[in-house]
Amino acid sequence: MKKEIINLTVNGTLHEISVEPQVTLNEVLREQLDLTGTKLSCGAGECGACTVLIDGKPELSCCTLAMTANGKDILTIEGLARDGELHPLQKAFVECGAIQCGFCTPGMLLTSKALLDENPDPTREEVKSYLSGNLCRCTGYVKIVDAVLAAATEMNKGGK
Amino acid sequence: MKHYHVIEKDTPNVDGFAKVTGQAVYTFDMTMPGMLYGKILRSPHPHARIISIDTSKAESLPGVKAVITAKETGERRQGAWRRYQELCDEPVLCLEKVRYIGDPVAAVAAIDEDIAMEALDLIEVEYEPLPAVFDPLESIQEGAPQLHDEVENNINVTRHIEWGDADKGFEEADFIREDEFILPAQSHVPLETHGSLASFDGGTNRLTLWTSTQTPYYVQCLLAEAMDLRENEVTVIKPHCGSGFGGKNELFADQFCAGYLARKTGRPVKIVYTREEEFTCARRRTPIHYYLKIGAKRDGTFVAKEARAFSDGGAYTSMGATLLYLTGWFSAFPYCYPNYRYDGYKVFTNKSPSSSMRGYGGIQANFCGESQIEMLAADMGLDPVEIRKKNAMYPNYEVPGQATIASCGLPEGLEKIGEYIKERGELPEDHGIGLACYGFNSGGIFNWFNTPYAFSGAEVRINIDGMVDVYSLAADIGQGADTTMCMIAAEELGVHLDDIRMHSGDTSICPSDLGAWASRETLMMGNAVKMAAADAKRQLFEVAASKMSANIVYDLEAGDRRIYLRDRPERGLSYYDVVKDAIRAKEGSLIVGRGHYTPHGKGMISPAFSFGVQAIEVKVDRETGYVKIMNAFTAHDCGQVINPMAVRGQVEGSIMMAAGYAYSEEMLYSEGEVLNPNLVDYSLIGFRDMPSAVTVDCPTHEPEGPFGAKEVGEGITCPTAGALANAVYHAVGVRITDPPLTPEKILMALKKKETQEKSPK
Repeated sequence: MKKEIINLTVNGTLHEISVEPQVTLNEVLREQLDLTGTKLSCGAGECGACTVLIDGKPELSCCTLAMTANGKDILTIEGLARDGELHPLQKAFVECGAIQCGFCTPGMLLTSKALLDENPDPTREEVKSYLSGNLCRCTGYVKIVDAVLAAATEMNKGGK
Repeated sequence: MKHYHVIEKDTPNVDGFAKVTGQAVYTFDMTMPGMLYGKILRSPHPHARIISIDTSKAESLPGVKAVITAKETGERRQGAWRRYQELCDEPVLCLEKVRYIGDPVAAVAAIDEDIAMEALDLIEVEYEPLPAVFDPLESIQEGAPQLHDEVENNINVTRHIEWGDADKGFEEADFIREDEFILPAQSHVPLETHGSLASFDGGTNRLTLWTSTQTPYYVQCLLAEAMDLRENEVTVIKPHCGSGFGGKNELFADQFCAGYLARKTGRPVKIVYTREEEFTCARRRTPIHYYLKIGAKRDGTFVAKEARAFSDGGAYTSMGATLLYLTGWFSAFPYCYPNYRYDGYKVFTNKSPSSSMRGYGGIQANFCGESQIEMLAADMGLDPVEIRKKNAMYPNYEVPGQATIASCGLPEGLEKIGEYIKERGELPEDHGIGLACYGFNSGGIFNWFNTPYAFSGAEVRINIDGMVDVYSLAADIGQGADTTMCMIAAEELGVHLDDIRMHSGDTSICPSDLGAWASRETLMMGNAVKMAAADAKRQLFEVAASKMSANIVYDLEAGDRRIYLRDRPERGLSYYDVVKDAIRAKEGSLIVGRGHYTPHGKGMISPAFSFGVQAIEVKVDRETGYVKIMNAFTAHDCGQVINPMAVRGQVEGSIMMAAGYAYSEEMLYSEGEVLNPNLVDYSLIGFRDMPSAVTVDCPTHEPEGPFGAKEVGEGITCPTAGALANAVYHAVGVRITDPPLTPEKILMALKKKETQEKSPK
């Protein structure tokens, strides 16, 4: 199939990439840019493990054709820490024990970031509702909610 | 109270940073220069004879580098029950017959995945379909299709457990109940599917396999056998692993196909299961038809129990022989039955093999047993907590002729659950609280794998700067085994967690370990690591004692990077100084400590048992039949807690997985085909379904465990389904004996109850 050149800004760096129309954003990130922190678990948009932020909104990279992301700004797990400093959500996930096998963690963190960007002070129910498209088979979710709430508190305290 | 420096404190996982930054590399993420992509051709028939396989078209497709069939892999059969060769009955690739939809028939390696998929379509297999059988009770009937020529009636394993005299016990009983239960197939659903990357060095005839496994040692041995290699010509490396739950305990098609294809092509080959393959071609929790009979005296004392189980084992033995024993053993748990009799039958069916899964055998036995006890209590007009208290196992109880329960926190757990239920008081309408008790193994003893090595081995090396290298094959699959082992090593050596560097999951550098199953790592590998650290510490103490000229009556102790006199702690030396002196004293050789653990004198079941009790509160919607779990309260005994945060994480994760088993998860079949092999139609518990979970520790000191610790990862999956069914009963008065408790089943039961209540007596 015919390839086209697209421009993706990934974690602040502009990439010019040649892709065929059927190639997903997940494939571009993992296979062309070696950003394997973005996972793939079902490949059908059912589990949320492949979530990245496109222009700040959580999207399923396994169901997003790379061409439709042309010109957009993408944040993957590799870009969440800034200048060697972990994002408060990353710190909270580690400190609250919100990680077991870790395979859902990148998607959870990026969805959580989108939530806190939209709603800096969510309730427990709002966290559950916003993250409900992300599956975790290990933790039972309790500590993930704890971690998001702890990060929100920390970010609000620090004046962001 | 012993004061600890490291353990007993909430400790984030040592690999947490790697996992939140995307740096953690899983098998799924790996690539190598020149790597090929492999795909597996699988049977579309539940049962068929293979007439012919023609791979010529596939081989001539540009980009295809190799195709393998049973021509390469031969007649060899594989299986993990190596002590009994007749139970190793799974062909590497199918030769004459296929026995389930998904049985592997051929595999290809190509330069990309699309070409590999296309090549699968070009392989021509001629099948002669055979009659198939899917239900274990039909499978054992005369004239049913036979899966394996050498196994008549499709029953290849039977297990009998007996103590006391069950018949006499029932004669003495004032109340008897007999019930039947049907238990479903659950899928493990690890978020990282099965996957492997193999690299073969033709010069040295050595294979390296990176694979998503919970048993690197088994894979090493079984792959060596499957490929005619020496055990140590195979190196298995487990990178970060996206969970297992018992579904990654054996040798799988991704592993041997990648190995064979890498050897044939001379290039690295990677094979990853799709989500659909994970559902249809991996393993599943064993469905069982259960018959239970219980007898009690008027005061609630249990006098006899009888159990019969027919397991739907699928097409091959897999880990089903263990399951058959364990479910019989756990049917007598965690109560004192003076008379008990169990007969189990492992039955072949034309479905994927059923195997080990978290709570292995216990979750099925527990659902049936705890449902029945609740029904018995209702028949007899007894309180559900009191009848359990009357019969609960207690410290140092001997299961007649079977095993001795050493530590046991169940009586305390029942006290706490009783208080909790009282505190909840009067419940709103259509709410109910149900409870269930459990006990579980801290590792298994019977050596069916036939390993000549210690069950767990560890090595500790101390470097000149005080950094400690720990070598252990304990498989961290997300449960936190690496962190637990680091904590145990640090506590024993008296150093901090950041003085420890963990090397795990590589069979070429780590001493043996049987892997992460039977909830065995904390106790078994924990003991080995503690012994290795103690061995190294003793070498430091020799030097420290001589430097301090300590009076011989003083014992030394290590803690917080110091070595000091136990009774005069102000007199001591820096750990780092002692290490330097000790290495100088050994002419520059590192300090090496070794530890190995195999249970001795603990019978053939488990060196120790965890216990607990759980109360589940539900609300049932009478209009829709939908169950909502409101609260989960768990009182449990895992011995000495090593990492409290990890323990709570195991409890919460167990509730999630077991609640799925109880009311939402089930693999649905039609003629051997899985109808719901995806995450929409197979419904996991999500954020909104997960209740608040309160966990109360009832710590004991287990003499056989490291610092007194026992298991926590599996046992707590056992009570949830039974507790939930009991809660539904108390909420709306219907009893479901075939989980999952779906809205349809509850609605139908409510309707039936209503009709019965209306009909004239």
